[in-house]
Amino acid sequence: MSKMATREAYGKALAQLVEKRKDVIVLDADLSKSTKTADAKKAAPNQHYNIGIAEGNMMGVAAGLASSGKVVYASSFAMFAAGRAYEQIRNSIAYPKRNVKICATHAGISVGEDGASHQCIEDIALMRVIPGMKVFQPCDEASTKAIIAAIADIDGPCYVRLGRCAVESIYQDYTFTLGKGHVLRKGKHIALIASGLMVQEALKAADMLEEEVTVIDIDCIKPIDQELIVETAKNHNVIYTIEEHNVMAGLGSAVAEVLAPLGLSCRQIMIGMQDQFGESGTPQELLKAYGLDAESIVEKIKQTK
Amino acid sequence: MNKEMLEKRANHIRQNIVRMVYEAKSGHPGGSLSATDILTYLYFEEMDINEKNVSGIKRDRFVLSKGHASPLLYAVLSEKGLLQEEELSGFRKIHSRLQGHPNMNYIDGVDMSTGSLGQGISAAAGMALAGKIDETPYRIYTLLGDGECEEGEVWEAAMFAAHYHLDNLCAIVDFNGLQIDGDVRDVIDPTPIDQKFEAFGWYVEHVNGHDFDELSKAFTKARENKGKPTMILAHTIKGKGVSFMENNYAWHGSVPNDEQYIQAMNELKEESV
Repeated sequence: MSKMATREAYGKALAQLVEKRKDVIVLDADLSKSTKTADAKKAAPNQHYNIGIAEGNMMGVAAGLASSGKVVYASSFAMFAAGRAYEQIRNSIAYPKRNVKICATHAGISVGEDGASHQCIEDIALMRVIPGMKVFQPCDEASTKAIIAAIADIDGPCYVRLGRCAVESIYQDYTFTLGKGHVLRKGKHIALIASGLMVQEALKAADMLEEEVTVIDIDCIKPIDQELIVETAKNHNVIYTIEEHNVMAGLGSAVAEVLAPLGLSCRQIMIGMQDQFGESGTPQELLKAYGLDAESIVEKIKQTK
Repeated sequence: MNKEMLEKRANHIRQNIVRMVYEAKSGHPGGSLSATDILTYLYFEEMDINEKNVSGIKRDRFVLSKGHASPLLYAVLSEKGLLQEEELSGFRKIHSRLQGHPNMNYIDGVDMSTGSLGQGISAAAGMALAGKIDETPYRIYTLLGDGECEEGEVWEAAMFAAHYHLDNLCAIVDFNGLQIDGDVRDVIDPTPIDQKFEAFGWYVEHVNGHDFDELSKAFTKARENKGKPTMILAHTIKGKGVSFMENNYAWHGSVPNDEQYIQAMNELKEESV
């Protein structure tokens, strides 16, 4: 099975996009080889600008370019995009509804050896709570490419959460629809709702469980697929939300926000970072240490189902 | 340039600033009055902006980086005929387009939503970069406060604008020497702002920010200057035009009471257009 990091897929999709559309401008903050916007620079050097290590200014410049008719893709690591430049994103991009796509790579603990200072586990929360911001987290090459292309035609601010590690191909045939989740497997009683890197772990976990479980990929975290979540809650006893993010205010909370007012009998258990910082280690070691690999997910399900 | 006309317009703008803050019982008169002459010159002598082109982006644009001087921007747009004067009474009131800090989505002629200091200059630099990319000849102006220069983002933007040779960008620093907590030199000294911008690769001009002749010369030089962005350091008086507000940092964000309002309007009463 072919593997590719979602940031790699981003670079490839962006390179195609800048060749096709001259109104697309790419900004990076001195990390273009890691975020892979360097691919777009190679494809269209005149449409790529390095802002240097100044993420706040990058978001402001993006807002100014967007105010002049450009479709702007601005990239850095999730920590420095959503984290450091949070207020610039909020006030210069989201509040005036500028057409800027913040594509943030190296999200979550799977950043690995760099450690907690670089492992952003708060970005879904930070971006999700900004009014009007759309939030995406693709899980593989195909869905990343489709989302990166699709958001060029969505007017307004978007945040795309991308990962450092190579991930397995999940989709043979992927179609993006704004606000729609994807049922990857249908089972009974138990549903796993995952996003990003956690989709492959959820599928592995499903393989390891004796019973058939439902697996859902939520790559469009905001707006979220309310209909699918409600339907899933009605047809299952337990929903496990699985995210490489703090369990507070991330995917799990987004799902809970949909379900809380309905008072359905389905329980929800949130798997994710339990309000703790990560540490240095290999991505696989870290996922295991924080209960996010398939084996740990299976164990958690057996204990709580 | 008809200096007498500019003076009358500036005076009328100052009346509206004081009236708006008084009616709203909220707002920032000091730094609005200090930059009034600068914006009057910009909108009536320098910038290409009018009723016909205001809704578009292929014209000169202005970013109020010191967004709290919103009464000034609204009063100037009204003076220019781009806002109805009656609408100024809605300033800072619920359901009004005249938000406490400017919102570009509500009003044609507000070219960027600002208010969080340090961010406007970045957006202005982005607009200037777009002008270079598209090879359109418009110019981008932005007004910063001297206290605002304490924000790190200002210097990120300064580095960026010089690096990309954005000579279509002109920043004006309203150097009135005062910020909310007192003298800028006492709070955290941002000076020498001119030498810092120069060191960052900008072309720098000094003016008396209340002298239309000096403003005219500086903006002309900015336009003719090639290869570098321009910073105009404008020496101004906070609260200019209202005696008891002048050079008093307490008037950064204070509201005149009834008596003070009458006195202020009396002082500004003389000839308007």
